[in-house]
Amino acid sequence: MKEIRNKNSTIISIHDDVKGEFEIIGQTLVVKLGEDLDHHNSLHIREQADKIIMNKNIKYIIFDFSGTDFMDSSGIGVIMGRYKKVIFIGGSVYVTGVSNNVDRIFKLSGLYKIIEKYNKVEEVLELIKSKGK
Amino acid sequence: MDFTNEMKIEFDSKSINESFARTVVASFVAQLDPTIEEINDVKTAVSEAVTNAIIHGYNNQDGKVIISCKIKDREVFIEVKDRGVGIEDIGKAMEPLYTTRPEIERSGMGFSFMEAFMDKLIVESELGKGTTVKMSKKFEKRGD
Repeated sequence: MKEIRNKNSTIISIHDDVKGEFEIIGQTLVVKLGEDLDHHNSLHIREQADKIIMNKNIKYIIFDFSGTDFMDSSGIGVIMGRYKKVIFIGGSVYVTGVSNNVDRIFKLSGLYKIIEKYNKVEEVLELIKSKGK
Repeated sequence: MDFTNEMKIEFDSKSINESFARTVVASFVAQLDPTIEEINDVKTAVSEAVTNAIIHGYNNQDGKVIISCKIKDREVFIEVKDRGVGIEDIGKAMEPLYTTRPEIERSGMGFSFMEAFMDKLIVESELGKGTTVKMSKKFEKRGD
């Protein structure tokens, strides 16, 4: 497990066996997925994300799919579970870098009713910044 | 042309094998030159069935998952079998959003995805004996 502290953000690797990282920018958690979001990987992602959400007072979560192209119903569970954690404090969940394949899963599951899709992480960070003003 | 080809794999019911399983099946059906979308349909359906076998069939305990795959012309027939606990009420298990394991964040969409991404889906199960998921999909003709 690696943790890098920058001026404006902290980067923590997801797990020794799961590619990808968490980036914490203020009250925002960016989950940069580097592998398929299936049942196996979701176990580690969920556990680590929840620690960060609790300890760092996270309000906004961005799942960035630009590093992966596969997700099944286990991924839906991961996103809905994190959504439930931040929605009661007025937070939101976003997805970015979504491939056609992952997009189909989101559409079929109806998840776009509760989460928003953007092209890039930076767009969402700007949006969140403007909310804070 | 009457083209047939078959394969069978058996592996431990460990979650790390989920990606192995869907990748093997995807590689096998690749000989039919399917579209990327068709390949992803198969990968997702297999992933759902194998995950179900591991979580529900074997309750994350040791067991074997068996996948057999048959190609006939441009149609693929996939069977995912476990010798786990079995399903008490198949109809209920297949209802969208129904799950017996909400505490581990199962979305209850596994069977819905299998139905959506494959042409046919048959689930056979017997309590204490195990479950077999049979799915098939016909790939579109490719222009040659």
